[in-house]
Amino acid sequence: MRLTLRVWRQPGADAPGAMVTYPLDGISEDMSFLEMLDTLNEELILKGDEPVAFDHDCREGICGACGVVINGDAHGPERTTTCQLHMRHFADGDTIDVEPWRAGAFPVVRDLVVDRSAFDRIIGSGGYITAPTGAAPEAHATPVPKPDADFAFEHAECIGCGACVAACPNGSAMLFTSAKVNHLNVLPQGAPERETRVLDMVATMDEEGFGGCTLAGECATACPKGIPLPSIAAMNKEWLRAARRGAR
Amino acid sequence: MLLMALATRTDRKQRTDRKRADGRPSAVRTLWGSTIGKKAVMAVSGLIMLGYLVAHMFGNLKIFFGAAEFNGYAHWLRTMGEPILHYEWALWIVRLVLVAAVVLHAVCAYQLSRRDLAARPTGYAHRRRRASYATRTMRWGGIILALFIVWHILDLTTGTVHSGGFQPGHPYQNVIDTFSTWYGNTVYLVAMLALGLHVQHGFWSAAQTLGVGSATRERMLKATANALALVLTAGFVAVPVAVMTGVVS
Repeated sequence: MRLTLRVWRQPGADAPGAMVTYPLDGISEDMSFLEMLDTLNEELILKGDEPVAFDHDCREGICGACGVVINGDAHGPERTTTCQLHMRHFADGDTIDVEPWRAGAFPVVRDLVVDRSAFDRIIGSGGYITAPTGAAPEAHATPVPKPDADFAFEHAECIGCGACVAACPNGSAMLFTSAKVNHLNVLPQGAPERETRVLDMVATMDEEGFGGCTLAGECATACPKGIPLPSIAAMNKEWLRAARRGAR
Repeated sequence: MLLMALATRTDRKQRTDRKRADGRPSAVRTLWGSTIGKKAVMAVSGLIMLGYLVAHMFGNLKIFFGAAEFNGYAHWLRTMGEPILHYEWALWIVRLVLVAAVVLHAVCAYQLSRRDLAARPTGYAHRRRRASYATRTMRWGGIILALFIVWHILDLTTGTVHSGGFQPGHPYQNVIDTFSTWYGNTVYLVAMLALGLHVQHGFWSAAQTLGVGSATRERMLKATANALALVLTAGFVAVPVAVMTGVVS
């Protein structure tokens, strides 16, 4: 495959950036999008240029480290992570625009790498259970109704990649936060901190400068793990319930 | 992930900003200090205005039953609630509630919009639009509706900008006057189309914000939003169309 890449290049956080065009040949349709970027970087290094910086880790779609905006779509045209996106979804001769996640709360570190520690701070303000649990308990010690378990698992799928923020026209982190809140709040282990969790996590989300939700629905379309849009309504319900109760 | 592990060992961060003297946060402060809270205010104020619009639309449709019925209804709006309430008291209560709803809705929309725009300081070079037209036009639609409300009150309530001699107590004739001018019709039709789009996304959004939305209720809520938008637009547009075509004269 022969491609034309237009990649966001920015040498540092405070340096100005621009889209730079690179022609690229000899790409196999079986390559992943990241392998295609590796190929580009090999060429750049051989020419003595700086390689394109991008985040990646497991390359199996489970860690949430990778993620770029491809032709305006977070993680590209398929519902998967960038590492699991294959070049067969593009046509020979295509021009592909590659940009970093764009959000005030996710400042660009370099090229396609953004700082997503705002997500860590949201987790740090309630996305856990305080009780020290030790080793995994006996599975039947705390019964969980099947629908609740399914609901928790569906939201536990979130890998925190940030595609929801990148896709949202308001740069909102509501889908991420709702996945974390719903995952824990529905389970008996998460129930004692149900109110403080949602209030504190939403407060941190707001403090980090993420936008509000206007129900545009683009987050759920972009999410590689299929966290559904009604998750946000479920979190709103939790938040309003907690606010009414005036939780500590 | 390291943070998650650490977090289990550390004490919960104490938030002093939300606390009252007794250690509990004030519900109003929690509500006003949060994006979700402000959205809830927008949802409730929006639903109040929506309820009013449904009643307003039915009232307007009485124009098809002649001047006596239409003017009589307008007079009843001033006498409703009597004898408990004095003349026009009920009407003024409705007006005050509506003004409060409009102001709260607009202030929250302005504050949230500023926040939303600031949340993406650098835009994408390659832009794709996926959200529906109604979703993307909520802000401009809201501005159009706000300007329309001002014109509408000056035209048919106070008569300040009314064309051709405003007659208090004779709304039937006033309505016909307004819809006999090209600009009166244009302004009204544009505003009613904006209203339909605003209600279509707004009603559904309000349901999500208030936590009513779920996967199973999705179709019902979308259908209700579409039906409300369509019925309201059609019901309001029917009046100028009837005047233009001479059905009402």
